[in-house]
Amino acid sequence: MSAIPNDLKYLESHEWARLESDGSVTVGISDHAQSALGDLVFVEVPPVGKTLERGLAAAVVESVKAASDVYTPVSGKVIASNDSLGATPELVNQDPYGQGWLFKIRPTNTAELAALLDAQAYGKIVAEQH
Amino acid sequence: MGLKTPLYQTHLAAGARMVDFGGWDMPVNYGSQIEEHHAVRRDAGMFDVSHMLIADVQGKQARDYLRYLLANDVAKLKDAGKALYSCMLNERGGVVDDLIAYRLSDEQYRVVVNAGTRDKDVAWLQQHAQGFSVEVHPRTDLAMLAVQGPNARAKAAGLLGANAPSALALSAFFGCQLGAHFVARTGYTGEDGWEIMLPVAAAAAFWSALRAAGVAACGLGARDTLRLEAGMNLYGNDMDEQRTPLESGLSWTVAFEPADRNFIGRAALQAQRAAGVASKLVGLVLEERGVLRSHQKVLVDGIGEGELTSGTFSPTLQRSIGFARVPAATGERVAVDIRGKLLAARVVKYPFVRNGQALI
Repeated sequence: MSAIPNDLKYLESHEWARLESDGSVTVGISDHAQSALGDLVFVEVPPVGKTLERGLAAAVVESVKAASDVYTPVSGKVIASNDSLGATPELVNQDPYGQGWLFKIRPTNTAELAALLDAQAYGKIVAEQH
Repeated sequence: MGLKTPLYQTHLAAGARMVDFGGWDMPVNYGSQIEEHHAVRRDAGMFDVSHMLIADVQGKQARDYLRYLLANDVAKLKDAGKALYSCMLNERGGVVDDLIAYRLSDEQYRVVVNAGTRDKDVAWLQQHAQGFSVEVHPRTDLAMLAVQGPNARAKAAGLLGANAPSALALSAFFGCQLGAHFVARTGYTGEDGWEIMLPVAAAAAFWSALRAAGVAACGLGARDTLRLEAGMNLYGNDMDEQRTPLESGLSWTVAFEPADRNFIGRAALQAQRAAGVASKLVGLVLEERGVLRSHQKVLVDGIGEGELTSGTFSPTLQRSIGFARVPAATGERVAVDIRGKLLAARVVKYPFVRNGQALI
């Protein structure tokens, strides 16, 4: 049973988004995603300052099994990337919602947040995939 | 819903993530496959390999039969218990399967073949037994566990009771029936260890006892990274029915001497050798960040193209390694097309790792 925190939003493609108190959005991949990929060996995060567009790939996670594109849940500018993932990609497996965060965005279109899945809706999708 | 080994429920109870492997429901990992890999290189880990087929070959002409069937020569096995690694070829010299053959006595041998090729192999073995005074008995009453790592034998010995000293005295590539256990000092990891064959009914308890003795449960994910580091071929990836041992890095397993031993595929191999083998299987180490995977294209400057047959990220070396089939004239440097980018790779002789030590 994978963990799906209630206070986060999700994409069908298994990314999570957390709206922070300062209005920024933190992004990572879900517990289901990290478990399906297996041990990660490489993580490519976007550089600070890069403009991201919802629906396009923003990062790459690579395990022994497969390389997988990570899509940004919202459009905006990257204000931070998790640099520790270069040396310790396994943080994504060990703590996907905490220390395994991938990048933070300053969103440009708040309407996109409303279009994200809540925990229950995402939970249904995960259950259907089993 | 695939075939299940006697340890299926045990794997589920241990939290295994299961996958389909050649029609079998097998554990790919029990958590982190990288941790499982390190456990084998540094300590002791075990694999359920009960999906592989054990077949006993019995009769007056068991030796003659196997000398005809196998590209390697079982006449080399002078002592009871000695084993060898061999390919089984078709008339075109293509590999039907690779296997280990143990000589148990003058008239009794045991072969262990791959899981995905079980049915094909049994049919092949039976078909060719027709001309010989020999019987082939698939041993579906047996399960098999591979216990591997520098501490594997010591930890497993504790479970063998009075037979422990005899088991520990086994030399590499020897097997022996000790009570209810057939213990063989063989493996697919590049570490020391045993492969233990035992009655199906005893398998779950034995697995649990090994775990209690400090042997880590390991799945197919770790099995693949370990065997690739150890320079060992995987049937279906690195060779198949369309490829001969000579183009699969397995020339060393073909016994052309004595010249008067006829074996299936001999003529085809001799013809290929005489004409010059056009391709070879080499080891690759990726010099940049990325992961080599089977079927990626290999570009050899000024010579031609090849293809990755196996690839992974090596936990011991902390870089990506693989096997590739490339033109025979290929030198030391190649480029690999990984998701549209050309990355540099170095050609190396494998194994990449042996007994926990990096060799490249």
